[in-house]
Amino acid sequence: MNLHNPTDVFELGILSVYVFLLAVILGLELVRRVSPLLHTPLMSLTNAISAISVVGGILIAGAADVKTLPKILGLVAVTAATLNIVAGFMITDRMLKMFKREPGKGGKQ
Amino acid sequence: MDTFLHSFWQYAYLFAAFATVFAIKWLNHPSTARRGVITGEIGFALAIIGTLLRKPTPSDPSGVVHYTGILIAIVIGAMIGAPMARLMPMTAVPQFTALSHAFGALAAALVGTAEYYYDFPAAPSGFKMVALTIEVLLGFLTFTASLMAFGKLQGLVPSPPITYKGQNFVNLTFLAAGVVFGVWPIVTAAPVWVYPAFVLISLLFGVMFILPIGGGDMPTVIALLNSFAGAAACAMGFALQNRLLIIAGALNAASGFILSVIMCKAMNRSFTNVLFGAFGQVQEKVAGKQAARPVRSATAEDAAMLLVNAQKVIIVPGYGMAVAQAQHKVRELTDQLVKRGVDVQFAIHPVAGRMPGHMNVLLAEADIPYDRLHEMEDINNEFSETDVALVIGANDVVNPAARHDKTSPIYGMPILDVDKARNVMVIKRSMNPGFAGIENELYYDPKTLMLFGDAKSFLSEIVKEVNAQAPVHA
Repeated sequence: MNLHNPTDVFELGILSVYVFLLAVILGLELVRRVSPLLHTPLMSLTNAISAISVVGGILIAGAADVKTLPKILGLVAVTAATLNIVAGFMITDRMLKMFKREPGKGGKQ
Repeated sequence: MDTFLHSFWQYAYLFAAFATVFAIKWLNHPSTARRGVITGEIGFALAIIGTLLRKPTPSDPSGVVHYTGILIAIVIGAMIGAPMARLMPMTAVPQFTALSHAFGALAAALVGTAEYYYDFPAAPSGFKMVALTIEVLLGFLTFTASLMAFGKLQGLVPSPPITYKGQNFVNLTFLAAGVVFGVWPIVTAAPVWVYPAFVLISLLFGVMFILPIGGGDMPTVIALLNSFAGAAACAMGFALQNRLLIIAGALNAASGFILSVIMCKAMNRSFTNVLFGAFGQVQEKVAGKQAARPVRSATAEDAAMLLVNAQKVIIVPGYGMAVAQAQHKVRELTDQLVKRGVDVQFAIHPVAGRMPGHMNVLLAEADIPYDRLHEMEDINNEFSETDVALVIGANDVVNPAARHDKTSPIYGMPILDVDKARNVMVIKRSMNPGFAGIENELYYDPKTLMLFGDAKSFLSEIVKEVNAQAPVHA
């Protein structure tokens, strides 16, 4: 696979579209099944997930031949994304800890 | 071993993609939800470590060589994020969510901009440039739109819609200009000023987009912004040919989209109506046309008497409960009534509050078991056998006009049928109409008792009265 070869890049692009379509369908099906009880935690969790862009920021900021402007932009992006990941996962967990069943109704929490 | 380390990032991304899917899947029930969060955390930790260990190769130049700046950036981000998540009061969840959408979108937009300037003045190839343009447009507009939403929820920006003549035209012109400046570098080499202009227009469009949307429409808008942030990350995945980004972004975009559709349905409104309708502004004309009709108001003593003598009580919370921070008093009242053998349940309308699921989180925070919280469809037919429906700070979601009054702006919106209960009590500050500016005929119903006052202090008086009138003999 050579990223400078147009044919290979096209192949990669098409493959990505397949992945995208399947992921969207999977997402729609999964979220439909999430209880409305947990819609707020769902939003904070997916919000942490959207900060996966941290990967792109790291790759830009850490590249061998990066110029100053893209490097700074990349580093700010890494900061913002990390903030989002940490806060998003922690707040989701904090919320989920609050959801409790009626005591004595059996079953685990 | 060497080859494993060399391609470790590939395995890490693969695991992270699966972890993301399962994190959402396990969120379908409170009993598995925390497992999902932990799985997601492990996936993200691996994705970051994998990326840091990724080394450039002759065929794939992506990889990390410089570490210092990145590690500092990660530490700073974590040091701000962790205290934010720990200290945030639960009543501020909608604002907080809007703010974190802003950060996530900003990150995506900045990476896209950095990608554009990476080989500057040479522009990226056609396909990559298309993906970058979508990423940057969505990223920057979501960034400012989320900040605006945060401002409205926090009370920094006026919550009612801000409208002016020709607003939709101006907005569309802005969007068109953004598209032109965005497409320009895709088609041909553009002058140096075009890209900054594109960024600026994207940022401005986000602000203008939120101005005409009122506070009560925030559940839809926040869900939509959530979706945009995911779509931006997904576009970045296409630009970088990174499938982990595509999968995570697509899952998030799908999630936000479904939530906003659910919110729209729960208000019986279309997307266009929410985004361009400036709801709440237009309707003010409708309000006030009805002459003053008699309402029955009551004291905490009357309310307590009805409640202790009831067999079944359904409590309907709304945004007013959140504003008054009355959820803990609601729990106290629930406990006292349950002790006296009253069956107390909660009916939650999908758009109650300022974001999807807002009421559930507040009531869970007050230690009300989630078995007592019911969705609209599940509990609506129980109102007819309910002695008291107690409405706390909810308005439009219990207005019977939505069922039969074709001239009402909320006609057709699914509502909680509280008027079918034997008695209705409404805790409300005054007779002012709610967000949509519509008179609520429920208040004039002969079986409705209005309890005027601040929800929190009124509830504590009711609790006092309940204890005085019907002491529990242990």
